[in-house]
Amino acid sequence: MSWLDRPVSETQITNRSRIWLYLLAAVVLAFLVLPTLIVIPMSFSASQYLEFPPRQWSLRWYANYVNSPSWMQATATSLKAGFLTTLLATPLGTMAAYGLFVSRLRAAKLVLPVLLTPIIVPVILVGIGVFYAYVRLKLVNTLTGLVLAHSMLAMPLVVMVMSSALKSYDMNQEMVALSLGPSRPRAFLRVTLPQIRFAVVTSAVLAFLTSFDEVVIAMFVSGGDNSTLTRNMFNALRDQVDPTIAAISTVMIVISSLLVVLAQKLGKSR
Amino acid sequence: MTGGVATGKAGPNAAGLRRDARGERIALFGLSLPALALVVVTMVIPVAWLFWLSFFADDGSMSLVNYRRLIEQPSYRRIFLATFEIAASATAICVLLGYPLAYFLSQLPQRLANLCMIGVVMPLWSSVLVRTYAWLVLLQRQGLINGWGMKLGLWDQPLTLVHNLGGTLIGMVHIMLPFLILPLYGSMRAIDRDYLKAAANLGAGPTQAFWRVFLPLSLPGLFAGGLIVFILCLGFYVTPAVLGGGKVIMVANRIANDIEIFFNWGAASALGVVLLVLTLIILWAASRLVRLDRVFGGHGP
Amino acid sequence: MTRGASLPIAVRQLGKSYGPVRALDDIDLDIHSGEFLTLLGPSGSGKTTLLMVLAGFTRPDHGSLKFGDAEVIRLAPHKRDVGMVFQNYALFPHMNVAANIAFPLRLRRVATVETARRVEQALDMVQLAGYGARRIEQLSGGQRQRVALARAIVFEPRILLMDEPLSALDKQLREHMQIELRRLHDKLGMTTVYVTHDQREALTMSDRVAVINRGRIMQLDAPRRLYEQPANRFVAEFIGESTFLPVEARDGAFFYAGEKLKLPDGPAPDGRCLLMLRPERLQILDGAAPGDVNVLRGIVRNVVYQGDSFLLQARLADGSEIGVRGISTRGAMAAMPRPGEAVMLGLGPDDTVLLRDDSGSP
Repeated sequence: MSWLDRPVSETQITNRSRIWLYLLAAVVLAFLVLPTLIVIPMSFSASQYLEFPPRQWSLRWYANYVNSPSWMQATATSLKAGFLTTLLATPLGTMAAYGLFVSRLRAAKLVLPVLLTPIIVPVILVGIGVFYAYVRLKLVNTLTGLVLAHSMLAMPLVVMVMSSALKSYDMNQEMVALSLGPSRPRAFLRVTLPQIRFAVVTSAVLAFLTSFDEVVIAMFVSGGDNSTLTRNMFNALRDQVDPTIAAISTVMIVISSLLVVLAQKLGKSR
Repeated sequence: MTGGVATGKAGPNAAGLRRDARGERIALFGLSLPALALVVVTMVIPVAWLFWLSFFADDGSMSLVNYRRLIEQPSYRRIFLATFEIAASATAICVLLGYPLAYFLSQLPQRLANLCMIGVVMPLWSSVLVRTYAWLVLLQRQGLINGWGMKLGLWDQPLTLVHNLGGTLIGMVHIMLPFLILPLYGSMRAIDRDYLKAAANLGAGPTQAFWRVFLPLSLPGLFAGGLIVFILCLGFYVTPAVLGGGKVIMVANRIANDIEIFFNWGAASALGVVLLVLTLIILWAASRLVRLDRVFGGHGP
Repeated sequence: MTRGASLPIAVRQLGKSYGPVRALDDIDLDIHSGEFLTLLGPSGSGKTTLLMVLAGFTRPDHGSLKFGDAEVIRLAPHKRDVGMVFQNYALFPHMNVAANIAFPLRLRRVATVETARRVEQALDMVQLAGYGARRIEQLSGGQRQRVALARAIVFEPRILLMDEPLSALDKQLREHMQIELRRLHDKLGMTTVYVTHDQREALTMSDRVAVINRGRIMQLDAPRRLYEQPANRFVAEFIGESTFLPVEARDGAFFYAGEKLKLPDGPAPDGRCLLMLRPERLQILDGAAPGDVNVLRGIVRNVVYQGDSFLLQARLADGSEIGVRGISTRGAMAAMPRPGEAVMLGLGPDDTVLLRDDSGSP
């Protein structure tokens, strides 16, 4: 019996009768994956109008990118902001998730939703709000201000990832550790933390990407020397479509993908 | 600090033990305070500040003029209507495209499904800006789609696929699809296969088993995904700005314009507050809907 | 609901392999119309696989399956018209009790009024009258089990399949439901195939039991014959308690510890044999042994009082350890030999069961 007529699933439907489902699924999956990927080869096309496949291959747009002081400055800013956000949001979020999970105070039920609000509030509102506050605090166009705002955005993600990791982690191990001697912080660092390592790495990567990819707040709050990559890209897009952006996009895609893959490897290696 | 009323004789050291336990729990709770401080200072206070601002007119006096303007000026009404329509359309398209894919993935063996899910999640790794730009490149007059379409002879004049509502919708759907598929896939995977076996055993053919058993059981996940997508679409900024070519103005775009072009903080903050309140109302209504479903719902014989 | 029709089931040469593992090893089985047959075996024995083949959820590699005169082996599950109760009940959570039970009737286009009537009837049958509007999550385990049963019988199938339906219930409820299920079967009369790993359950409920191990039927018999005359060591060990003693064959007779064994009439197995002892069939003899009883001599090691019964552990001359069970009446306890004393145990000829020593046990 050919693959088409073999019954699959509990209801014994054949592959033949739902081939339309397979086709539709394939189309949607392609729709999801291809557009972002297609930017990559197109960034190597020599012509002004990005084409696929490129008739002529060239690195001119990368050269443009690398040779432009403003783009390089922006890249450096974005990377710095990303790292600093990770350094701030991951420990703070992890501590918060742990503290709320273990203390089991009733107040914890109130604090957790507050930590999750950055997801619910529309980003544009946060953007103008932060801008307004920063103008008064003189934090506009500073890296500090940017990192603080991005860390706030990343907080819900870190807290959610760490909370769910703690929920599925056997806290008894920490109790056992406590009974053997060390203080709570040391027990956490030496027993619990290594076991929820994967979650920590995941939330760190999420924090980085939140900052690195962020557009709206950066648009309002970063500027001048501290302008981020995304902010400059956004402005460039509104003016005219500079193919250099394809090269920059490719670089961003590569960085993001590498980080995610790295996180998988780091988190899971034993 | 120990509180409570001692009824009769407490056990030895009871008070001290209670103090210790409470002290520890407070200390642990204190771990969450830095994060809380960050969120309060960088978000709660600024947004509250804006809320406060929205009640002041340009001349500094306290008034409701900003809100009145929202109701009176037809342009604002149009924007809200447009935003809701666009969000609803994008959500509907996401459901039409995303449900079959999620269903297909949920029926695959776990390993293969995980592999395909990477494809679903992969777009989320790159910035919204990068994805929006990709569509700009694909849809523009000299872009890929027009190029291929004309080469294949499907049409001879380049179609205007971008800088309009159509292009914006395409971009929004592309960006929102993973948010629909993830919760939907999760809830589909959780559907016990035995339900379908039971349906089949009781006489339901494949189509009937799907409509009467699988679909109803997948609705919670669909509802959650659709809700997330709808709310995110309401607040969308980047994609309409880039792909809309100035013709697609959603609430977020208007807020940004009010600030950047008109420096009208009163109007912008009022708009922002309304957007936030609408979002909260939708969330609240949705949570009631789900709970009501559990209490009264269920089909009779 | 009245007594309905039933169909016999004929299984021929049914085989199913998963890679190197033979889940069903060319099984032949005839289930009589209207009988209650249990498939009994340890986990992995193939009993559930066999049931799933009957239901149509597992496709065998080869074999024939007939319900009555109709060959159904290639028929899709939703066309087989058999009732089935799943181990976890599989009650649809998004429907209430009445909707669950009405489901098969609606699929068969039964009119609304008639559907409602039959749903009520089915609920009555399982003693859940009036529970129609309840939601599944509000029901206890025992109630869910009964709703699952009602759903399986409401469309009057002629064959009913049950996959360890009582395993999730606690002991008392389980024993109560065993009786209920049997009563329901007697009332409705459909052919019932029941899967369980609990030998007590199988013996309690069934007309016949098929003991299955490693995809093969080890013995198919009425409960009593299975218990008293197991065909092989596996069945003897799986059903009830037993100990085995080595037996010598000489000149057409069998000897244990030098003494000739008095056997029941009938053919004796050939080849190397074992003597099967059931602890409750041994009698503690005091004084002279009656002539027609086989006698085993040993030393008492321990006597354990177990409430309603006692267990006497003895060691025989050749070192074998055996147990003797009996009811702990005052007289029995008073006459009980002490640890260290010699004891004589009697085994009537009808209880002297010889089995071939095939290493076919797991």
